[in-house]
Amino acid sequence: MKILVCISHVPDTTSKINFTDDKKSFVTQGIQYIINPSDEIALTRALELTEKDGGSVTVINVGDNSTEATIRKALAIGATDAVRVNAAPRDAFFVAKQIAEYAGKNSFDLILCGRESIDYNGSQVPSMVAEMLSLPAVNSVKSLTIENGTATLDREIEGGKEVVTCPLPCVVSATEGMAEPRIPNMRGIMSARTKPLTVAEPVDVENMQQIVSYDKPQPRTQVKLIDAANVAALVDALHNEAKVI
Amino acid sequence: MNILAYIETADGKLKKSALEILSYGAAIASQTGGQLIAIAIGDVQADELARAGRYGAAKVLHANNDKLKQYVGQAYATAVAEAAKNIQADVVVLSNSFSGKGMAPRIAVKLNAAMADGAVALPETGNGFKVRKTAFSGKAFADVELTSKTKIVTLVPNSYKAVEQAAAGAVEAFSPQINEADFAVKVKEVVKASDKISLPEAEIVVSGGRGLKGPENWGMIEELASLLGAATACSKPVSDANWRPHSEHVGQTGLAISPNLYIAIGISGAIQHLAGVSSSKTIVVINKDPEAPFFKAADYGIVGDAFEVVPKLIEEVKKFKAANS
Repeated sequence: MKILVCISHVPDTTSKINFTDDKKSFVTQGIQYIINPSDEIALTRALELTEKDGGSVTVINVGDNSTEATIRKALAIGATDAVRVNAAPRDAFFVAKQIAEYAGKNSFDLILCGRESIDYNGSQVPSMVAEMLSLPAVNSVKSLTIENGTATLDREIEGGKEVVTCPLPCVVSATEGMAEPRIPNMRGIMSARTKPLTVAEPVDVENMQQIVSYDKPQPRTQVKLIDAANVAALVDALHNEAKVI
Repeated sequence: MNILAYIETADGKLKKSALEILSYGAAIASQTGGQLIAIAIGDVQADELARAGRYGAAKVLHANNDKLKQYVGQAYATAVAEAAKNIQADVVVLSNSFSGKGMAPRIAVKLNAAMADGAVALPETGNGFKVRKTAFSGKAFADVELTSKTKIVTLVPNSYKAVEQAAAGAVEAFSPQINEADFAVKVKEVVKASDKISLPEAEIVVSGGRGLKGPENWGMIEELASLLGAATACSKPVSDANWRPHSEHVGQTGLAISPNLYIAIGISGAIQHLAGVSSSKTIVVINKDPEAPFFKAADYGIVGDAFEVVPKLIEEVKKFKAANS
């Protein structure tokens, strides 16, 4: 089975997010980057599937050369090879178009993505890629098994889950529960240095949107502390002051 | 601008997010001098369709047949895109729900439309079309300018208030052309805890962290949640330890929520957790450590042992409910 895993290069979850004074750009100074957490889950499941049934796992990232350390980490975790589309990821449509272009030329049985990236939180890329390639897709999947060319998946829904089947090839976006991420071992890290990482040039995509400014949520005013012996005061405050109960 | 709103239903009834979407779409139509049309797909009760008409829709389209009874993102997206073309929609609005997130990107590709996901406010339409959305998992907002002819916006649940109106839009049957290939995904089973409130849509959320020491201590969390009509949630360490299911994990790598009231019990407030809950309107923190960072991000705090405070809180809520029922 040939699997393509799409990975995003995102600020570490512990990052404090800051913007330039004109609010137009994200300050990248001092930021550590990681593989987007749900993409790492997708990658791990792809490895489990190919370890069981044979095949290869290619990772694809749309990014400039600053993302190579992140791609090497994916190779160290166990991916077979990697491709970087050499362009700053302008928006989800742009990224999806690059991935669809590559995937369309290299037939894959399965395209696995993370549920959403933790930087722009779009969760658009998986379904866009699927639409561009006329493939079925299942999103926010917490369990994925494959038998005889058909995937069986548990998809998250509000207040529960849905069990669905889907023929391959298809696009699947992973969420927590699908696999437990692995820490790369020394052998993986060493072999990652020599695994193939191809650089592809991007295709042109019409620009239909841009981020014009950023803002941060208003900090909360001073917390009102309530004595643990007077819990009734909390209920009273929630009813009469905050008016939320 | 003409607006098309896709409204979600469950068990034949409109979801709360459907009313929010309708009201949001109606407000965009009104500020731009256009009309709102709604579309519902699958089995929906007649009175519920009529109800959708009272939230600002000039017309409610209803597509239903045997194959459309259960959600299949690809087929539903085709139906919505066709409706959008028919009514020459300038903007298509959907909820930023699990289903909405599956459909909206497909609709964007079909209509060659730019898309803003996770909108938290009405767009500015005076000069162009600019909408505020969440970014960095709740740590920030981004204002996105959409310049395509057709635009797609998905709205975060609980971020826009539903408003019922006097006028009532008519319901009309709609039969989209959908290829067999769009039905490749087959629903085998739907597993739902029917007595539970869905976390993304909940107005009140009671959440527990490692301070609760073990899954056996969640009884009081569930009791408090049930009294308040709240959903239950948890921090990442709790779901990682399998004390609670992953679907309850709120935070940067879990679910981002914006309830009216978030009660955090035994959660210290790591930056990743705060990211996912910071857009809650009111936050209450109960923690025995007065230095817990969560107190800096809370509206109300009680420094105390959860095992003493929560049972007292349950008693006080019972008294409150008895006095206010």
